[in-house]
Amino acid sequence: MSGLRSLLVAMWTGFRRDRSALFFTVFFPLMFLVIFGALFRGNPAAKVKLAVVGSDQPALLERAVTQPGFDQVVTIVRADTLESARRRVADGDADALVTQDGNRIAVEYSAASQTTAGMARGVVEQIVQAANLAASGAPPTYTVTERQIEDASLKPIQYLTPGLLGWAIASSGIFGASATLVVWRTKGLLRRLRLSPVRLGDIFGARIVLSLLISLIQMALFLTVATIPFFGLKLVKSWWMAVPVMLAGTLAFLAIGALIGGVAKTQESAQAMAQLVVMPMAFLGGSFFPLDKSPSWMQVVSRAFPLRYLNEGMLDVLGRGKGPTAVVPDLLILLAISVVLGALALRVFRWEK
Amino acid sequence: MSTAISAHDVAKRYGEVHAVDGAEIEVDGGEFFGVLGPNGAGKTTLLEILEGIRQADRGAISVLGRSPWPRNPELLRRVGVQLQASAFFDRLTAREQLRTFAELYGVGRARADAQLETVGLTDKADTRVEQLSGGQAQRLSIACALVHDPELVFLDEPTAALDPQARRNLWDLLREINTEGRTIVLTTHHMDEAESLCDRVAVMDAGKILTVGSPAALIRQLDLPQQIIVDRRLLDGDAVVSVPGVDSVAADGDSVVLTTRTPAQAISALAGLGALDGVQIRNGTLEDVFLQLTGREYRA
Ligand SMILES: Nc1ncnc2c1ncn2[C@@H]1O[C@H](COP(=O)(O)OP(=O)(O)OP(=O)(O)O)[C@@H](O)[C@H]1O
Ligand SMILES: [Mg+2]
Repeated sequence: MSGLRSLLVAMWTGFRRDRSALFFTVFFPLMFLVIFGALFRGNPAAKVKLAVVGSDQPALLERAVTQPGFDQVVTIVRADTLESARRRVADGDADALVTQDGNRIAVEYSAASQTTAGMARGVVEQIVQAANLAASGAPPTYTVTERQIEDASLKPIQYLTPGLLGWAIASSGIFGASATLVVWRTKGLLRRLRLSPVRLGDIFGARIVLSLLISLIQMALFLTVATIPFFGLKLVKSWWMAVPVMLAGTLAFLAIGALIGGVAKTQESAQAMAQLVVMPMAFLGGSFFPLDKSPSWMQVVSRAFPLRYLNEGMLDVLGRGKGPTAVVPDLLILLAISVVLGALALRVFRWEK
Repeated sequence: MSTAISAHDVAKRYGEVHAVDGAEIEVDGGEFFGVLGPNGAGKTTLLEILEGIRQADRGAISVLGRSPWPRNPELLRRVGVQLQASAFFDRLTAREQLRTFAELYGVGRARADAQLETVGLTDKADTRVEQLSGGQAQRLSIACALVHDPELVFLDEPTAALDPQARRNLWDLLREINTEGRTIVLTTHHMDEAESLCDRVAVMDAGKILTVGSPAALIRQLDLPQQIIVDRRLLDGDAVVSVPGVDSVAADGDSVVLTTRTPAQAISALAGLGALDGVQIRNGTLEDVFLQLTGREYRA
């Protein structure tokens, strides 16, 4: 036990002081989350901007603006003259120009932006219809009640967070474990440790605990960033089930890293092998885009990669809002991979160059 | 006294190289034992077999009554090793290294810090190993070998990178440890070191142990004539012929070197000539033994 603890403290201290490791395992993936999160944030529901001319504001619009909720849909852009109002529409500062002449409401819009023009027209028509209805004095025959239903399609942040986190955990697990073994072996530290009474299990155990700690830190940082309102991830229901899945994933990647660390002769070859595993796995395992939207061959191929199960498991509870048992299959698969590859890694372990 | 190490007919081959070739070694408990030999003689290989990090091709080996192979953690607790190449944890300070190694043996921090003091590294306690000088790193490596008070210590060229002061300090430390009853096995290329420290030495070459004995006994066995070195100005050219019992005379800079097997006779004659001021008498040394056994040519 004291062997495990002392090695863990030594590894942790060494990790803490390793600027490049800190950058690549902690900040680099977080940077991706920030960049992609901001890029794919999607526009918040845009308001329709209606241009009106100075005091000559359409009375109809004037009345509508006072209605509750209207200001969330429409912004009024005031111009002094008709010309300047038209120019603002042409420049894209306003979506449409609304004028009123007696009982006629005129809408002018630019052909450049069909969608916003359509929205502007829709809004104005709605106002006119409501006004007509009110003028007739009859109660409305049909009414609409609204309720928002769960959006089946994922928002980018909902798959980016588990996907990029999965990638970060795979990299730090695989690179970290392989580097520890190869560096310690090539530098002769393993043979020095072999002369101490430390057990091999303590060396592996310390590396496992270190990686689990690093993974927890990565996850905490990811969730902290993703849940700030700008990115807008909401932790719902059983999000915490992502923690055990993530820890099981860490074990699987450690086993892969230890396997590489046992086979590789130099640090360079270990890095190349780790890269060769991590990059395709990240792409095909659904770290950078959701597997649901991927071609079916990819969904099949992805099953060969442990990262897929980590990503899908975390996505279920972080993005899809599923219940805690949804992750159990992924969790079990990851643990099985850890056991099998871990046993293999112990077999290929070598103390000496 | 119990036997600390006994190894019979130990052999280890690397391809065509017979690194250790039928070596025999017996080291008593509490003994200070030296292994001498030119580069590539097989010293490190032999030590590593005894330490248990190399498997011998053949041979019967017992260390503190146990077999060092396969790895035996209980035995390793009682043994301390300084390898020829030091190895440390990345980015840890000297103090942290030593504390880590201490904890691997269940030894507390206070003891680790005291050990740092013993090897004179207290002022480097907070320096990372990457920034230690070669000799400082070597001292740290020795401290790591000694931190758990081992009964048996293996040191592979412990003084190789040390300055004269640090070397003397280490000698004192090793003598002290040895007086406490611990067994020390060390390799060295410094004959004066072996002569001054070791109870017995083994001279090794090409994987074989050529001879074993106390330095004094080995020198005596060699039966070398003694050399009397006299100031040249005190002994003019002709006078030297009149000194009895001199086998040969050689000029060496400001000195005249007389080789004799009857030093008493020669010295009294020199006294008569008034040539004894600043006289030096050189007996055979371990170096002579070494060169005699391994050949005079320097072999890398
Ligand atoms: N791992 C190895 N693989 C192949 N040959 C080796 C290996 N280690 C040592 N040798 C060879 O075995 C022989 C003995 O080496 P060893 O390191 O035991 O010598 P040594 O007496 O310690 O030398 P030195 O005084 O230089 O430290 C050398 O010829 C060396 O080249
Ligand atoms: Mg050597």
